[in-house]
Amino acid sequence: MGFMDKWKMKFQKNEEETKEVSTKYKDGMKKTRQSFSGRINDLIARYRKVDEDFFEELEEVLITADVGVSTVMDLIDELKMEVKRQNIKDSKAVKDVISEKLVEIYYGEDDEQTEHLNLQEEQLSIILVVGVNGAGKTTSIGKLAYQLKQQGKKVVLAAGDTFRAGAIEQLDIWGERAGVDVIKQNEGSDPAAVIFDGIKSAKSRNADVLICDTAGRLQNKVNLMNELAKVKRVIEREVPGAPHEVLLVLDATTGQNALSQAKTFSEATDVSGIVLTKLDGTAKGGIVLAIRHELQLPVKYVGLGEKMEDLQEFDAHAFVYGLFADMLEED
Amino acid sequence: MAFEGLADRLQSTIKKITGKGKVSEQDVKEMTREVRLALLEADVNYKVVKDLIKRIKERAVGQEVMESLTPGQQVIKVVKEELTALMGGEQSKIAVADKAPTVIMMTGLQGAGKTTTTGKLANLLRKKHNRSPLLVACDIYRPAAIQQLETLGKQLDLPVFSMGTDANPVDIAQKAIEKAKEEHHDYVIIDTAGRLHVDSELMQELEEIKSVVKPDEIYLVVDSMTGQDAVNVAESFNEQLDITGVVLTKLDGDTRGGAALSIKAVTDKPIKFAGMGEKLDQLEAFHPDRMASRILGMGDVLSLIEKAQTNVDEKQAKELEEKMKNMSFTFDDFLEQMGQVKKMGPLDDLMSMIPGANKMKGLKNAQIDEKQISHVEAIIQSMTKNERQDPSLMNASRKKRIAKGSGTSVSQVNRLLKQFEEMKKMMKQMTNMQKGKKGKGMKFPFM
Repeated sequence: MGFMDKWKMKFQKNEEETKEVSTKYKDGMKKTRQSFSGRINDLIARYRKVDEDFFEELEEVLITADVGVSTVMDLIDELKMEVKRQNIKDSKAVKDVISEKLVEIYYGEDDEQTEHLNLQEEQLSIILVVGVNGAGKTTSIGKLAYQLKQQGKKVVLAAGDTFRAGAIEQLDIWGERAGVDVIKQNEGSDPAAVIFDGIKSAKSRNADVLICDTAGRLQNKVNLMNELAKVKRVIEREVPGAPHEVLLVLDATTGQNALSQAKTFSEATDVSGIVLTKLDGTAKGGIVLAIRHELQLPVKYVGLGEKMEDLQEFDAHAFVYGLFADMLEED
Repeated sequence: MAFEGLADRLQSTIKKITGKGKVSEQDVKEMTREVRLALLEADVNYKVVKDLIKRIKERAVGQEVMESLTPGQQVIKVVKEELTALMGGEQSKIAVADKAPTVIMMTGLQGAGKTTTTGKLANLLRKKHNRSPLLVACDIYRPAAIQQLETLGKQLDLPVFSMGTDANPVDIAQKAIEKAKEEHHDYVIIDTAGRLHVDSELMQELEEIKSVVKPDEIYLVVDSMTGQDAVNVAESFNEQLDITGVVLTKLDGDTRGGAALSIKAVTDKPIKFAGMGEKLDQLEAFHPDRMASRILGMGDVLSLIEKAQTNVDEKQAKELEEKMKNMSFTFDDFLEQMGQVKKMGPLDDLMSMIPGANKMKGLKNAQIDEKQISHVEAIIQSMTKNERQDPSLMNASRKKRIAKGSGTSVSQVNRLLKQFEEMKKMMKQMTNMQKGKKGKGMKFPFM
């Protein structure tokens, strides 16, 4: 259980603070965890033998977690091989292999250092936030701004969603709550111009971080994706090396379309990480595995509630621990 | 893998199956495996898929294969029928209360599109049904949700009732009804805050609003991109509120929308409307049959076959082919041909039904503009009989007249003429190519 120890160690570093984080994770992920690992436990209790039926049930558990058919198929194939290789007959023994494989799928060959934001020292860092309509971009930006501010950073927000009714006001309120400035123009103005303004203001205010909001758009709208690429070009032109992060905000309840979102938004804006929102519901967030598996995109943050503090830096170990906590604690 | 249509994958399976007269159990087994994968990839809930596949197997085995179809296609036909049956018929009627106002409550998860849909629904009620709706802002939680609804109200020039963020949503709803009565609004649409179906406190609030305003309709607004969890969400909202219908949003995206099937299966409530864009007039009646095709995958060969058979008159096609060979293809023929293609349904749909079309580079992002087609039609219709037969008659003043008559520009007319000539050349090449082969005629000259 190597990853568990690592996770525990991480938490011992700063007990006060991390305890809070861990409870939050556990609370937020409670429903996810209960149903997911509960079902795997169920499955294992029901099946003594590892046979075709067992694998079919396992497939069901994973697919209903939105992991995605092709990832599940790959996983099941690998498991079958592993079971054969190790000559496992007992379903209890296969449990370890399952969790091992899932962790492996998430990490792939990568190191786990991809979770932190790439922020510059002594220089303006720009974060561009993109995603489909209703994913939770503006809310996530509000929470992120608050968090960065708490860390002592000077944060400026740019209200690049000039399309949706009330979007500018929404960001404005979040700015007020977080205590950071919001650069805005009127509804209907050119988003690239707003972002340009934002960069200028952030520079003149000596800000550490500029977070750029954009309007939600469905990834198959070619014109809107072009508009987004233009916004990114403006950022690139104004600040060499920027944007330092392009965060794709993804609703955890989304099914297989999330893959298409990740692909297309990456093509247009070179996404560097994912913010997985609304993970406090019953959605399993399994799509994270598929996206990581197929596109190598790391999750950087998860949204676990509606409060300002409810955005957590993604900790893959905690996440996996959350999914499997019940299973592991049993041992 | 996720974006290959079912048809693409099925084709290899279909090839393998060398059916005689009946669909064998083995045929069905191979086919249903593919169908199952396609449905799961489309986000149809696992359990729903299981039940469906079971029914399909029972029905398909032993069926007589229709003359024109292969056993594979026959199975797909059964699949489509089952899907369509499960989706139910079209039901986009909005209730009318015996005593005005009729009250509609909008509910759903965060970010599903409730507020936008509230605006669209109000627009629909006024424009199509000539009603006078009052919009009610009960979302006191999300920052600027009230402003959003107020902005929409302004855009639509419709009144919005709000009491700010300090009032209780239940009180707001109640006062709104009183106000609607006073001001003789015949519809009240209540926009509620997005909430998780497992948030008992907020779900309780919805129940209270419901018991106070006694709505005639309770719509659950669901994002069409929702995955397996759609079942849990729909089940919870339906159990606690007894919803009357569903609005599926963001269906203009490229999601297959399997959630639609899941929701229908677990709630048995009709999906009434579909959100098809960000503009306020983009709320459409929901078409279950189209949804069935969409869920099944982009390359629905069978329905293309069906559509082609019913719409392309064999004789006309033969004549056209003759003309192509003789290079006597005229603008009249072109017009007729376009009419035939158009009869087959929206062009986007048609393109997506051609297997592999979604993989062709140029076609993938091609957004076919139906408007352009009507421009072309208008241009041709503005030509005289002689001009249609003999494009070489065209000169500057004729072009000017045609442009004026069709409401287009001379450059558009020029473009069409050029395209037409190119097309004729291409047709010649194609027919020459065909002569080498069995001499079998082309079925779809437009492809």
